[in-house]
Amino acid sequence: MIEFKNVSKYYSEDCSALKEVTFSIKPKEFVSFVGRSGAGKTTLLRLLLKEENPSEGEILVDGKNIVTLKQKEIPIYRRKIGVVFQDFKLLPNKTAYENIAFAMEAAGRLEEEIAEDVPQILSLVELVDKGDNFPRQLSGGEKQRVAIGRALVHKPDILMADEPTGNLDPLHTWDIIRLLCRINELGTTVILATHDREIINALSKRVLSLDRGRLIRDEENGRYIV
Amino acid sequence: MFTSFKRILKWGITNFWRNGWLSTATVSIMVLTLLVITVLLMVNVVANAVLENLENKIDISVYFKLQTEEEQILNVKSELEKLQEVEVITYVSQNEALINFKEKHKDNPVLLQSLEELDINPLEASLNIKARETNQYASITQFLESVQFKDAIDKVNYLQNKEVIEKLSKIITDVKMGGLIITLLLTLIVFLVTFNAIRLAIYSSREEINVMRLVGASNWFIRGPFLIEGTLYGIIATIVTLIILYPTFYFLSPKISGFLPIGNVFSYFISNLLTFFLLLLVVGVVLGGFSSFIAVRKYLKQV
Repeated sequence: MIEFKNVSKYYSEDCSALKEVTFSIKPKEFVSFVGRSGAGKTTLLRLLLKEENPSEGEILVDGKNIVTLKQKEIPIYRRKIGVVFQDFKLLPNKTAYENIAFAMEAAGRLEEEIAEDVPQILSLVELVDKGDNFPRQLSGGEKQRVAIGRALVHKPDILMADEPTGNLDPLHTWDIIRLLCRINELGTTVILATHDREIINALSKRVLSLDRGRLIRDEENGRYIV
Repeated sequence: MFTSFKRILKWGITNFWRNGWLSTATVSIMVLTLLVITVLLMVNVVANAVLENLENKIDISVYFKLQTEEEQILNVKSELEKLQEVEVITYVSQNEALINFKEKHKDNPVLLQSLEELDINPLEASLNIKARETNQYASITQFLESVQFKDAIDKVNYLQNKEVIEKLSKIITDVKMGGLIITLLLTLIVFLVTFNAIRLAIYSSREEINVMRLVGASNWFIRGPFLIEGTLYGIIATIVTLIILYPTFYFLSPKISGFLPIGNVFSYFISNLLTFFLLLLVVGVVLGGFSSFIAVRKYLKQV
């Protein structure tokens, strides 16, 4: 469903973030990208979200090259993907409920659907009683669960998580990882970028290792070796 | 489509309310802008009234020799009326001149008595001419000096008052020009201040705008609430401005009306209240909406 073909990204002549990266991800897979800071994990996810265009190569999602998407098609494409960031990126002036509902409102869904789905998502991320709280009134783990809820609510095909546990303590970290696994079991493709050795070793799922912009290893049931 | 619009409206109003302090600050700046604009407008109205009043006091008189027939004078009058520059001409006959003179000097018996002793009326008939513009008196005078009338005319008092009229004419033009420049300059400044205030308000939301984009919101869905907010700034600022102006003019009006030719400033304000409201509303809403539009655009650029 996702295919990177010889994708490179240069910011200037001697500063390249990705070099000729090629791989593919099947539907319903759980894939982790590992590597040190600066290895190119975030750039890869930014390309997939079409925040940036690659300097060379093609990125195919469901057989369509997203590099050539028109401006108007970008928001629609992004609704296929749920994103979770290290710094949560919640909307500060909206409550937990509204943050989750926003993704559906933006996609033009009906009020009845929103009223039905958002409480379900709130209970999936175990935040039923925090729906009316603003982000500043939530703990880090709770914020990240709201962010995951927002990423999931419009039932995306792909869930992308960029260092989702980077700002969390170990207890909350495992909450989030368990949640990602559950989401994957429910049928969503999950792409995780992390440099957390423990998580990778405990997951025993497919691991792609990046080093200085190059894909150096691609293993099923991989371990963290860099 | 309608659902989206409803949501945009809802979020515009909600954001305005939740950003309480930011909204208050922005509305305050806009209120100052609208106050400055209103004051400039009022000053212009008053200044124009003063200048008009002054202009109306300028005229020239043409005096005819004593033996000139009334018919000939009226002839000159109708000739003058054909000129574009002339606004109004009044004819003062010898008799009228005498009556005016007596009226003016009724407290001076010596002067009146010496007048009685004369056999004839020594006062000359005259034409009183008002031009449309103060700078047109010179050309009217020139016309009068043409050969056709020369014999009948004793003197034109423009030549005596030339310097004063020219000076006054220059002052009036200068004041009008200066007023226009100052008005435009101040308006530009307050516009820029408001524009920047709104830009800063939106600058603080740039991260939010980015998040909305990444979650798959279309540009209009992101931009909409900001436009609503900008418009709300305009509407509320207009209402606040009028609430401030009402008592200000009410208390100030009796104090300044004394030396103004325009009469009651407060009643002028009241009778033009709707015009003021609509004018400020248009300025406020356009300024708010336009500033928001420009400010958000910067953060909406996709790849």
